[in-house]
Amino acid sequence: MIQQLSVFMENRTGILSAVLDILKQAEIQLYAISIADTADYGICRIICDNPSRARQALMDAGVAASLSDVCAVELDNTPGAAADMVSLFAREGLSLAYLYTFLYKDRPVMVFRTDDAAKAKTILESGGLCCFNW
Amino acid sequence: MIWNPSKECMPEEQKRELQGKRLHKVVDYVYHNVLFYRTKMQELGLEPGDIRTIDDIVKLPFTTKQDLRDNYPFGLQAAPQSEIIRIHASTGTTGNPTIVGYTRKDIDIWSECMSRCLTAYGVRRSDIFSVAYGYGLFTGGLGVHYGVENLGATVVPASTGGTQKHAKLLKDLGITGLACTPSYALHLAEVVEKSGIGKDELKLRVGAFGAEPWTESMRQEIESRLGLKGYNIYGLSEIMGPCVSYECECQHGSHINEDHFYPEIIDPQTLRPIPAGEDGELVFTTLTKTGMPVLRYRTRDLCSLLPGDCPCGRTFVRMSSIKGRTDDMLIIRGINVFPSQVESVLLGIPECAPYYRLIVDRVNNLDTLTVQVEARAEYLSRDMDTLSPIAALEKKVAARLRDVLSISSAVQIKMPGSLERFEGKAKIVTDNRKLI
Repeated sequence: MIQQLSVFMENRTGILSAVLDILKQAEIQLYAISIADTADYGICRIICDNPSRARQALMDAGVAASLSDVCAVELDNTPGAAADMVSLFAREGLSLAYLYTFLYKDRPVMVFRTDDAAKAKTILESGGLCCFNW
Repeated sequence: MIWNPSKECMPEEQKRELQGKRLHKVVDYVYHNVLFYRTKMQELGLEPGDIRTIDDIVKLPFTTKQDLRDNYPFGLQAAPQSEIIRIHASTGTTGNPTIVGYTRKDIDIWSECMSRCLTAYGVRRSDIFSVAYGYGLFTGGLGVHYGVENLGATVVPASTGGTQKHAKLLKDLGITGLACTPSYALHLAEVVEKSGIGKDELKLRVGAFGAEPWTESMRQEIESRLGLKGYNIYGLSEIMGPCVSYECECQHGSHINEDHFYPEIIDPQTLRPIPAGEDGELVFTTLTKTGMPVLRYRTRDLCSLLPGDCPCGRTFVRMSSIKGRTDDMLIIRGINVFPSQVESVLLGIPECAPYYRLIVDRVNNLDTLTVQVEARAEYLSRDMDTLSPIAALEKKVAARLRDVLSISSAVQIKMPGSLERFEGKAKIVTDNRKLI
């Protein structure tokens, strides 16, 4: 499991810039960023080197941010790796709430959330994949 | 045609004499039956015998919406419960609605006054008249309904909603008259047009519109799209309901049913009378009601009483259109909404911060209410990695607001600190309808 920082943001010009600027001032190194949006607002999800300090910096600046444990798995950097991983879940009937990827030291990492993290871990390990821990 | 010329065209002197007699009677009645009025009169050193002519009315205390709320539910009712045959209610600002009980005599007077309105609009026994005000606690539906029956025309109790079916009935039944809010009339026009019904297939000729502010340009649009002539109707549940005043064919102000509802215009600050023709707050005294009479009720509506005679022959004084309010009440789809009602709902939801805005607009001829509210930072800083808690919060706020306001609204959750803070008087409401 790794810690993900999430920030609720209104869909308004300048909001993302303000949030990222706070993280820049706090010298936070970002590894991944993903935004899900609706017409009025979105959730910005961030993987970074120091999630606790990043959250504190945001809260100090008056921006509400939360930390949650999410699953992450390292994949081979080869065609079909993502398909194979997701098919493990599909076969077991485990659905995904969201998913995004990033490269960590040239290795692809897939971040995702399911209803049942323990079951996800078992499925991945039985498929020979390694859950990522920070 | 005039429904009741003996009253509607009464010579001035005779009218004032009748008003004076009725005022004395109602004052005597409430003094002996309503503790609230007796106490207020005694505080001013007044007894019923001090009120003899209509000019004595200025001696009497005012009644406010707050008084009605403080005496919820039956504190101002003068008649015993066994005499009350109906209850109506209007929305309250902080949960308590205003309850009005009607005796059989009140309902008869209401129907009489409503028949005067309808006759002035040109409605006759041969008409088929559709009432598309809401039926229920709101006075619009049943109030107009009883008037149409009293007049002897055919009433179609369409109520609101079911607009598609209503459009079909307009054509199939050959409906000739319509009563509803002006915004609903425009919505109905749109549904008629979308259903492929041509204006020439409709037999509509008369419309009675009110319960919300409307403009001359809205009148023209309704008239041209539905092919009818639109008349204003004014009323409020605290006094009776629709029927308090009505336009005649001259359409220069609305005649007040003065033998039953006595109007005054006062300065809302000094509470002194204002001369005819000048704008001020409209105040009504019910002269004949027995269920819940009210003395000098401050409507909070701003308008003027028009001087001079009306060419139609009626001697009942005319009031101008309503030019605004002395409080922050909004009328949305015919329903009274106070910003404080919204505030009380939001304060009861722990996820919400006490910063909010109301945005009122008119989209496709229907009023819309959008409520923006900031979420609390503590709420947004736990397990907020998907949007579903936000969607759930929006639903929860919308459902609570619906319960209290009786109308639906769109809710937008805002980031903490994103709504502007005001040091002086906060500008909470933005009304984009441009009605005046």
